[in-house]
Amino acid sequence: MSVAFASRHEDASRRGWQHRLHLDAQLLFSLIGLSALGLVVLYSAGGGDIELVERQLIRLGIAFASLFAVAQVPPRLLLRMTPWAFMVGVMFLVAVLIGGESSGGAQRWLNLYVVRFQPSEIMKLAVPMMVAWYLAESRLPPNRWRLLTAAVLIAVPMLMIAKQPDLGTALLIASSGFFVVFLAGLQWRLLGFFAVLVTAAAPAIWHFMHDYQRQRVITLLNPESDPLGSGYHIIQSKIAIGSGGLYGKGWMNGTQSQLDFLPERSTDFIFAVLGEEFGLLGILVLFTFYIFIVVRGIVISIQAQDTYTRLLAGSLSMTFCVYFIINTGMVTGLLPVVGLPLPMISYGGTSIVTLMAGFGILMSIQTHRKLLAA
Amino acid sequence: MADRLTLKDYFFESRLILNRSIVLLVFAGMLILVLFSRLFYLQVVSHEHYTTLSEDNRVKLQPIPPNRGLIFDRNGIILAENLPSYRLEITPEQIDDMGATLDALAKIIDIRETDRARFSKLLARKPAFEAIPLLFHLSDADVARFSVNRHRFPGVDITAGLARHYPHGELAVHALGYVGRIDEQALKTLDPSNYRGTTHVGKIGIEKTYEELLHGRVGLQHVETTAQGRVLRVLERSPPVSGRNLFLTLDARVQRATEAAFGDFAGSAVALDPDNGDIIAFVSLPTYDPNPFVNGIEFKAYEALQQNTREPLFNRALRGQYPPGSTIKPFIGLAGLEQGITGGHSKNYCPGYYTLPGNTRKYRDWKRTGHGTVNLHDSITQSCDVFFYDLALSLGIDNMNSYLRNFGFGRATGLDIVGELSGLLPSREWKRRRHDQAWFPGETIITGIGQGFFLTTPVQLAVATSALANGGRMLAPNIVYAEQAANTEVLIPHLPRPRETISISEQSHWDLVIGSMIDVVHGARGTARAIGKDSPYRIAGKTGTAQVFGLKEEEEYDADAIEEKLRDHALFIAFAPVDVPRIAVAVIVENGGSGGAVAAPIARKILDAFFEEPEA
Repeated sequence: MSVAFASRHEDASRRGWQHRLHLDAQLLFSLIGLSALGLVVLYSAGGGDIELVERQLIRLGIAFASLFAVAQVPPRLLLRMTPWAFMVGVMFLVAVLIGGESSGGAQRWLNLYVVRFQPSEIMKLAVPMMVAWYLAESRLPPNRWRLLTAAVLIAVPMLMIAKQPDLGTALLIASSGFFVVFLAGLQWRLLGFFAVLVTAAAPAIWHFMHDYQRQRVITLLNPESDPLGSGYHIIQSKIAIGSGGLYGKGWMNGTQSQLDFLPERSTDFIFAVLGEEFGLLGILVLFTFYIFIVVRGIVISIQAQDTYTRLLAGSLSMTFCVYFIINTGMVTGLLPVVGLPLPMISYGGTSIVTLMAGFGILMSIQTHRKLLAA
Repeated sequence: MADRLTLKDYFFESRLILNRSIVLLVFAGMLILVLFSRLFYLQVVSHEHYTTLSEDNRVKLQPIPPNRGLIFDRNGIILAENLPSYRLEITPEQIDDMGATLDALAKIIDIRETDRARFSKLLARKPAFEAIPLLFHLSDADVARFSVNRHRFPGVDITAGLARHYPHGELAVHALGYVGRIDEQALKTLDPSNYRGTTHVGKIGIEKTYEELLHGRVGLQHVETTAQGRVLRVLERSPPVSGRNLFLTLDARVQRATEAAFGDFAGSAVALDPDNGDIIAFVSLPTYDPNPFVNGIEFKAYEALQQNTREPLFNRALRGQYPPGSTIKPFIGLAGLEQGITGGHSKNYCPGYYTLPGNTRKYRDWKRTGHGTVNLHDSITQSCDVFFYDLALSLGIDNMNSYLRNFGFGRATGLDIVGELSGLLPSREWKRRRHDQAWFPGETIITGIGQGFFLTTPVQLAVATSALANGGRMLAPNIVYAEQAANTEVLIPHLPRPRETISISEQSHWDLVIGSMIDVVHGARGTARAIGKDSPYRIAGKTGTAQVFGLKEEEEYDADAIEEKLRDHALFIAFAPVDVPRIAVAVIVENGGSGGAVAAPIARKILDAFFEEPEA
């Protein structure tokens, strides 16, 4: 941890280019390293399809560009934009529910004729920004009215996204909001109370779930109940990971991946390809990247100079952490299949752009600090 | 407290957020630890289990069907072979517009509606990367026409395989049988693992009887496949064991001569080697070409075969049951001699009819004017019915039954072709069981000339004849004399299967009966003397004429007046040369009329063919 807290020892010259470009070297290089690892795995997952890798490379380029762009926005401006961003995001969500385009049974897309995008992606950033903005207005920990309002701010977009239905994103957004509230000092008593409440509400949640969502939960509990249907993904990914062993079968040599047994292997289940071809050691490398990025994010949060940026940076970092825990948990059969990609590694999606924009915010927070006297 | 309500305490807030961040990090760390132990469990603890599962996924067993054994005649002439056959196959994933492709193909090669229907059925069932056969057995012209146009049809290919072929077509089809596609009924009786990958199975005849030998053992290869089953490479291979080649006792040359000898007649002939039971010729006519059956005969063609009133599909040699007629007389005569009822010199007067004591019903002789005074020898050579009416009555049905049973009548011969019928040797018990009636003396009388209930199959009659020829050794007829494992030179013989020996108390009884049979052919008054005149070898024989329908007492048999299918069957049994018999034959000509005039000349042609030196 001492390395992560190194800012105390930073000298102006070392920070020079980072400060000018508003980039954080540790975060940037670990993100680039992670992307590179992702491209290597993706090349194999796509069966050696270089075009797939090229498309992903373009997407990564756009994502890094958006990181760079967002990093230039000073946190002060971000703070001012927050309520507007949130409102625009909610309006888009309403528009999606009314007139969005469907794809694969879910209504997630909004066609603005110029770009076709998922408004839920905006909310991944807008919700934690909004809650942080709102809670930072008054002193911490927030009182009950503030908490109640924050809960509404989280619940409204979450429910709208869950309705699309996009359970994975709804879950991410809910946790990003929750992290803000938790960091802001949510009383342990209340946390316990909510925990009890959620447990009690579980049957009701079950009641409101779509059939396929229920099926996923059943599948998680007993994948062998339907080995060729809904259990197939989990069974095959467990076989892929398990047969990879300590060192893996070698790049491009995963039989589960290369012979089509593993479904969705370039997207949601790409972690299984890594596990099969690079083994536990490969996974260890991936986890090291992830953990480093999360810890670096938390460090940035702690070093931030005001409550809004602290809350926001902490939430974004922890959400990233949740992101990869949910994906790896689902691929290893610990969590239901909710349809979340492995951040930075899985092919496609607008989510990678949002993700990098989030890191842009972190970098902006880190690099726009007023240097205090040592 | 009051100032904390209004003032933001930045120090407090940053401590709070720091503490909370540490809590979250610890919590996330715990989750990651759980994840990691899960991964450790999957990748280290259960690694072997999942490796097995992944191998099972990847490696599939694929059958390699064995080549079917060939069938040769006794001189090594091939009767059933495997020919390269060309199939037109389409790989759906390489086709953009299946309908257009098929239409374009139809302009080059004739595609039947049934082919298309079968193809589209398969198309729906098979994965898109698997080649689906559209046409089997392309002709050379079709292959050539397609090859020229091949560039226009990516995804359409010609593949070569082996298909059963019977080069002599109709020849000996009732012995050989044929193979056909495995259908659901056949699947039930086959060993599913050994028949994985096999498409055809023996349906009838030798092809069916010797299915196990001819088929061989399936080979296996371990192949690496994708989840969809596309084969990527072969990992391991255990080759199939080809089926055994069979060498038949059948002589294709004699078989062909026999089939030709019948002309347009329907009927059957079986020729045996009396020494070992080897079948030399096995004929049932009319015959048919088995080749269309191999890959599924067209319905119309099959219907035509089935509805043909001459019943080409009917295996007469094996399943045709005919009254033996007068061919039974040597056997009855032998029984009479053995029982001491008749002797070489005892004579009877034949007035042309016979009556039972106290009954006015006349049992007529075929010769209305009668044969005059005749002994057993005369009665066999001239085929006097009246003598045998009397002899039968004296013997009684029980005696006759047991003597005839010794010669194999009423019992299957145990021939190694499936589906044999046993004929019918009537007895008191049989009639009681079957008709719930007592046995009448009149029935004994007509049994004595091979009429009435009495039925025999051509193969049965041939076996009985060969027992006469070899002095009473009953043999199960053999049609396969050796088998040969593929790629070897060694012939593994199938040994003759002797049955019981018929004991006759005195050699003179044999001599008398066989002498009479010689005179049937070579004697001045023999019923088959026409074939004996110019014969270079000596033949023992007996004619027979079996009534297809009964004549009333006063009715005159007039061949011209009766419909052909109601005319008498002509029969002839013979063996030759008489001193050391090498061949025994039974000939039945359906609706042929007289045995001496029609059946005997056919038998002569068979013998001639057999004794003729084969061209070198």
